[in-house]
Amino acid sequence: MGWQWFHRLGSPRWFYEKSSAWIPWLAVLSIALLLWGSVWGLAFAPTDFKQGNSYRIIYIHVPAAFLSLAGYYVMAISGAIGLIWKMKLADMVMKSAAVIGAVLTFVSLVTGAVWGKPTWGTWWVWDARITSMLVLFFLYLGVIALQEAYQQQDTANKASAILALVGMVNIPIIYKSVDWWYTLHQPATIKFTSESTIHPSMLYPLLVMVIAFYLFYALALLLRTRSEILYRERKTRWVQELAEAGKGSH
Amino acid sequence: MLQFESLSELWNMAGHGPYVWACYLITAIAIVYLLVSPLRRRRQLFEQLRRQARIEAAGQSDARRPDF
Repeated sequence: MGWQWFHRLGSPRWFYEKSSAWIPWLAVLSIALLLWGSVWGLAFAPTDFKQGNSYRIIYIHVPAAFLSLAGYYVMAISGAIGLIWKMKLADMVMKSAAVIGAVLTFVSLVTGAVWGKPTWGTWWVWDARITSMLVLFFLYLGVIALQEAYQQQDTANKASAILALVGMVNIPIIYKSVDWWYTLHQPATIKFTSESTIHPSMLYPLLVMVIAFYLFYALALLLRTRSEILYRERKTRWVQELAEAGKGSH
Repeated sequence: MLQFESLSELWNMAGHGPYVWACYLITAIAIVYLLVSPLRRRRQLFEQLRRQARIEAAGQSDARRPDF
């Protein structure tokens, strides 16, 4: 049957060796797109007639918010796989995704606050979207805390996977918050089912940044998972040989 | 099309400069942190493993004595 890849994927060593080749590609591509999108958004995209230049924050705020949500799926799904199939690699992905997700959620909250000041006249308001994003941030922190809370790695994995799965209820709330409670946060700019409410000259750099953030997320997740693999397998021969052999290589 | 006539205009962004640049700076710091922290962790782990291996090797050579 075609299940061999699934078992191989469960082997951290196999994954570590396979993924080495992807890193340079992801690194070059994501950094180049991040730079291109930032320069485009900061200097070349037209100024918004209502918000002025402050709207240029959208080029990091929206991609960071996208990835903090997408990253939650990554964390919860890998947590579930770890719970059900006892796959070691999935637990390591979950732990890595928690840290990256927390950082990106923090970035989207802070850039949102800084954007709010010149636009709404306030740094913070207990608006539904903002509050549910804050809850997301605490969920990520909770998973990180549970990872550290137990001596037994197995127990820590189970506890944090369950928290991640329970926290899934927050995700549809975040998506729908701008429609259910129309308060201060503006509704979605990019829509997949109807016309977006943003001019193409402003939209294209945003799309570049969204792709750049997805690639960067993949890179960050890969690097973090690989260092977690090495740490958890540090007693094995292959990691010790890597330590002896490799000073700088990936 | 370039929206600003000079670097100082780009910097000021008609008053919104501090907000916009602060956001980009925070994001840059976050990105660098996410890239550097796993690489640093790996380097430290490798150093620690090499140290341990040296200690073990030294211990073994001390213990090499005839046991008959």
